Amino acid sequence: MISTHRRENIFSLIRKAASSAALRVAISIICFVWTLPTLGLFISSFRPENDIRQSGWWTVFATPFDFTQWTLRNYQEVLARGELGNAFLNSFSVTIPATIIPITIAAFAAYAFAWMEFPGRDVLFAIVVGLIVAPLQMALIPILRLYTSTNLNGTFLGVWLAHTGFGMPMAIYLLYNFISQIPRDLIEAAAIDGASHFQAFITLVLPLSMPAIASFAVFQFLWVWNDLLVALVYLGTSVQVATITARLSELVGSRGQDWHLLTSGAFVSMVIPVLVFFSLQRYFVRGILAGSVKG
Amino acid sequence: MTAQDKQIANWHDRLVRTAIALSVLVMVFFVARWSFAFMLDDQAPKWVTTLVAIAVGVCGVWIFFWIFNEIISLIPGEKARERLRPLVFVGPALALLIIYLIYPAINTIYLSFFDARSENFVGLKNYAFIFTSPQVQVAFRNNILWIVVVTSVCVTLGLIIAVLVDRIQLESIAKSIIFLPMAISSVGASIIWRFVYAYQPAGRAQIGILNAIVVALGGQPVGWFLRPPLNNFALMVIMIWLQTGFCMVVISAALKAVPGELLEAARIDGANEFQAFLRVTVPYIKGTLITVGTTVLIAVLKVFDIVYVMTRGNFNTEVIANRMFLEMYRFYNFGRGSALAVLLFLAVAPVMIINVRNLRRQRS
Repeated sequence: MISTHRRENIFSLIRKAASSAALRVAISIICFVWTLPTLGLFISSFRPENDIRQSGWWTVFATPFDFTQWTLRNYQEVLARGELGNAFLNSFSVTIPATIIPITIAAFAAYAFAWMEFPGRDVLFAIVVGLIVAPLQMALIPILRLYTSTNLNGTFLGVWLAHTGFGMPMAIYLLYNFISQIPRDLIEAAAIDGASHFQAFITLVLPLSMPAIASFAVFQFLWVWNDLLVALVYLGTSVQVATITARLSELVGSRGQDWHLLTSGAFVSMVIPVLVFFSLQRYFVRGILAGSVKG
Repeated sequence: MTAQDKQIANWHDRLVRTAIALSVLVMVFFVARWSFAFMLDDQAPKWVTTLVAIAVGVCGVWIFFWIFNEIISLIPGEKARERLRPLVFVGPALALLIIYLIYPAINTIYLSFFDARSENFVGLKNYAFIFTSPQVQVAFRNNILWIVVVTSVCVTLGLIIAVLVDRIQLESIAKSIIFLPMAISSVGASIIWRFVYAYQPAGRAQIGILNAIVVALGGQPVGWFLRPPLNNFALMVIMIWLQTGFCMVVISAALKAVPGELLEAARIDGANEFQAFLRVTVPYIKGTLITVGTTVLIAVLKVFDIVYVMTRGNFNTEVIANRMFLEMYRFYNFGRGSALAVLLFLAVAPVMIINVRNLRRQRS
């Protein structure tokens, strides 16, 4: 009785080991397939123009330490001649304010929805929630006409405000969920100490809400940096203001076979979001979880 | 101090504050005007204009709120002041919502009944065009195909990977690898995949890995983007690659909440792992699967970047959002563009209603 029990145990152990090995192999294959496209581009971006055109990027693995096959020239060329250096800085000019402005405005609004009394509060909040999934395509033409008549077309201010407006429902919703959970006692204690709403908001609510703010910040930063549609419609493709995604999509259109420029250009555009992603992944995941609850 | 003195001191105080607020306002106006001109100055070093742009944007919004609050504070009468105070907090957000979402929605519906230059009323002609034009029909067909294929593959693949990854030690690394494409722009992803799909005529060395595999297996190189309907699926792969990580992360979080006792009970009742998964886990996380599916569906419905960068909608790969961009920027037909936007809006309207209804239920 005891021995059969043990034998079963050994069998199940073997089966478990085999299935966990199979599991590891399966996951490794998935991860490999998922990385392969990016890896190919990354390797190619360091290969000379002619090499990229004449042989597959995987051939470098035959002689990985032959350093004559590596070069940084693609990056130099795409930053200078491809005007991606300018576009890279423009992306910062667009993205940082277009992240901070909506967070600030949405945090004020979320505080009001959570802790202030005013007429129509619940109806307005329902409208905000309804607008979360509204397609921004709906707004493109009217805003474009509005911008043409107010000279906001092709200005950073115009694109900041557009991103702020389009991101507002989601921002308010996420921050409201957090700010409304702050214990009532804390808010009331601040009021008793004579703090105005403005002071209570800045000294108490804002610092307490930092986790939620960070989550939305990562979310919005990646969204704005990676956006093409809004940048294309309201900023355009002129060198002075075009973002890196807009320039890159131009490059695909005009020099679609210049792989040495496209590969290095794509990586220049990916550096910042990937860095942000890896250093703040925790917050990003939290933001996504909080946001996806409502679809 | 007598009551009168107090009142005078109070008035004095208010006067000083008004003066400060007004002078700050004037100053801000001039600084803003100068700095917005400076941002577009191509003589100045680029990094300086970048820093100015960032500083103006970030500080500007805070100065705005501070001034707005000060102005409200100047209003005499505590009761009126406090009644107007919420306006400082919620006013800017509401103004933006009205300008950027509500007014445009109404305006777009209105424009969809007018001609290309929004001058003459044409009734339902734009909609008639949309529902009869063969090119737009292709866009509809493709969009539906995208929604069905991408949504179902993303959710299924996300679920499978989440379940598999849940059982290994290196969970976080594997998850990061699958999740990483979320940080990559559609433009970047399009270039990555253009390279995967790259095509060279037969006989020459293939530089795209997919064609290299095809040739190595004895096939002829394939022009992935030229041949419908194959090219549509080639584009969908990119979206799946981008979105699966999102599904996996959300589903994975839901899996962690499935109570172990439930699974244990199913196993004791004789269910194997797969049956336990189908009968216990999947029903338990059904809600999450639906919300994840909806989120992907809405993203797919609005897909634009991938098609725009890869094929510009040529070779029968058109989708609604790209078609709308074309109508706006190539044909300058605002009527048809608006009608297409209205259609997108109607497609997500049910989700909007469900969200609001859920909110109501939560509150009550």
